[in-house]
Amino acid sequence: MSATLLSIRDLRKEFPVRLGAFGERAATVHALDGFSVDIVEGETLSLVGESGCGKSTTGYCVLNIQRPTSGSVIYAGTDIAKLDDDGMRPFRRDLQIVFQDPYSTLNPRMTIGDALAEPILFHGLAPKAEIRDRLRQLLADVGLSERFANRYPHELSGGQRQRVAIARALACRPRFIVCDEAISALDVSVQAQILNLLLDLQEKYGLTYLFIAHDLAVVRHISDRVGVMYLGRMAELARAEALFARPLHPYTRALLSAVPSTDPRAARNRQRLQGEVPSPLSPPSGCRFHTRCPLARDRCRSEAPALREVAEGQSVACHAVASATETNWENSPA
Amino acid sequence: MSALLEIRGLTIDIERDTGPARVVDGIDLAVEEGESLGIVGESGCGKSLTMLSLVGLLPNRIRATGGSARFAGQDLLALPQEALRKLRGSQIGFIFQDPMTSLNPVMRVGEQIAEALIHQSGMAKPAAMERAAELLELVGIPSPRDRLMAYPHELSGGMRQRVMIAIGLAGSPRLLIADEPTTALDVTIQAQIVDLVRDLKDRFGMSVVWITHDLALIAGLADRIAVLYAGTVVEDAPVEVIFDRPTHPYTRGLLASLPTLTDRPMTRLPSIGGTPPEPGRRPPGCPFAPRCTLAEAACDAAVPKLAAVPGSDPRHRVACFVTAGEGGRA
Repeated sequence: MSATLLSIRDLRKEFPVRLGAFGERAATVHALDGFSVDIVEGETLSLVGESGCGKSTTGYCVLNIQRPTSGSVIYAGTDIAKLDDDGMRPFRRDLQIVFQDPYSTLNPRMTIGDALAEPILFHGLAPKAEIRDRLRQLLADVGLSERFANRYPHELSGGQRQRVAIARALACRPRFIVCDEAISALDVSVQAQILNLLLDLQEKYGLTYLFIAHDLAVVRHISDRVGVMYLGRMAELARAEALFARPLHPYTRALLSAVPSTDPRAARNRQRLQGEVPSPLSPPSGCRFHTRCPLARDRCRSEAPALREVAEGQSVACHAVASATETNWENSPA
Repeated sequence: MSALLEIRGLTIDIERDTGPARVVDGIDLAVEEGESLGIVGESGCGKSLTMLSLVGLLPNRIRATGGSARFAGQDLLALPQEALRKLRGSQIGFIFQDPMTSLNPVMRVGEQIAEALIHQSGMAKPAAMERAAELLELVGIPSPRDRLMAYPHELSGGMRQRVMIAIGLAGSPRLLIADEPTTALDVTIQAQIVDLVRDLKDRFGMSVVWITHDLALIAGLADRIAVLYAGTVVEDAPVEVIFDRPTHPYTRGLLASLPTLTDRPMTRLPSIGGTPPEPGRRPPGCPFAPRCTLAEAACDAAVPKLAAVPGSDPRHRVACFVTAGEGGRA
């Protein structure tokens, strides 16, 4: 078993908002509500769930790009969730992020070479004389030739831009990268190229990924472990094989059944999750999934289920699941 | 069944300062009455432009320059704008990708649906509002009468797309064109929308053309799939044939690069190297040849024509010199 790289405990994030035409009503968005997980060195941990379930907020809070309301993120013996911008700076080079949209993440007036050199010079990782060699190496790592260093972002295709965004994240030789929907905006054939690139880089540099995505088939492909999130809470956390072979939480099952099948005969008979994610402004009481859950009963409406381990490496937050093989519901009246 | 829509040799050019650049290069497509056709291809392959050209909605500087598109007996490309306007909505309904930019943000959704009805069938306002409520109910919006008074920003993405579908259906069109209507939605909502369109199609016997880049999504929806690459149809076959016996190397590549819920985790996905050609820089031969692992000398010399695949389904057609002969093989 490898060492824990990041230890996240009870992370919370609330956004105060003003509602009404003149902002006359104050309200709070509960984006992240008690999120805990240990991220192991060298693994890919994926977070999945529908829009608004707090996946991206988790990524931002772990990196302290958005300051968590409470909770801790222990990295190298330090609680980085408590640090201010100056205090974060030495940690930033180890902890990087790749965003979804490669069009808006690169400065349109900077050449690719300048964009890649900036973090290296900022952190003083290489003298100016060695920059050219570092650039060549970085571009080669992401499968681009050296001549791209003189180009501008608008001259590149979407897939090439995402390669540059990855190279920029790699520039400081990080240990941990958050991939926030990093391949969601790409065409299918390019998506496969970038996924393979991420796997290659992980092998080469021993990187740890927090991979945020909504496409379950992609997640299955690249993850060691998968966390399923619903309205700011973890519904299920398991090793990828276990989660896809034996999903336990009713929400995980519903998400899986919504994945389009490439078999035209199977695709026409699927179970459907009805309704939509409730507003995080006023999340449901008890288990937040109870408003859409086919198994919900009284206890679910009043009492939030805790995340507990029900099988080796598989945890689930559901009153209905007693163990990996049995649910409490089969013989009980709903 | 007879062809409701038949496109022949359609070409579309972008007018540039340096001269016209071809983006759609001789597309042949037919949609039968009551059939659902899936059009699959990557960004920039011309799938949306092809459909927009039918109803005269091409952007400035982009024009259909050749071919014909017969819909219910008349050539759409030859019709004047006024006649096309009558056709839009009443005969051909459109659902666009992004409901937030397609809906008027300062108009209540009921009014927007009623506007379509009043314009198309000359309904009186009260009757149109009544019908708008029925349409909202039809597309599965809870408490439709209250929702008539809602503004688009008060609805979720999935609900907005349902409103778009209601507007698309307002004129009871014979052909519904859906241009990536679920791309911006969550998987769960996406599945709901696909089911909804399929139900509506069965109920009203409409023909549906569903444009997408996601092959898996339309596996459960389309009767037939046309795969587009760089402005040409490279393969056209019934949906089972596309998934069981993909013949064109591009179709095979697309299918192989789809991550599925059944392949082995942590393995490399087969990917298609390179990128599609840019408009105006089309290779002289087969447009896919530069990225194709099976390409031979003949592929760079001439453009392969879409032709029936011997030994396969009679409706299975492919445009490839190399693999066309092996289509019957499973």
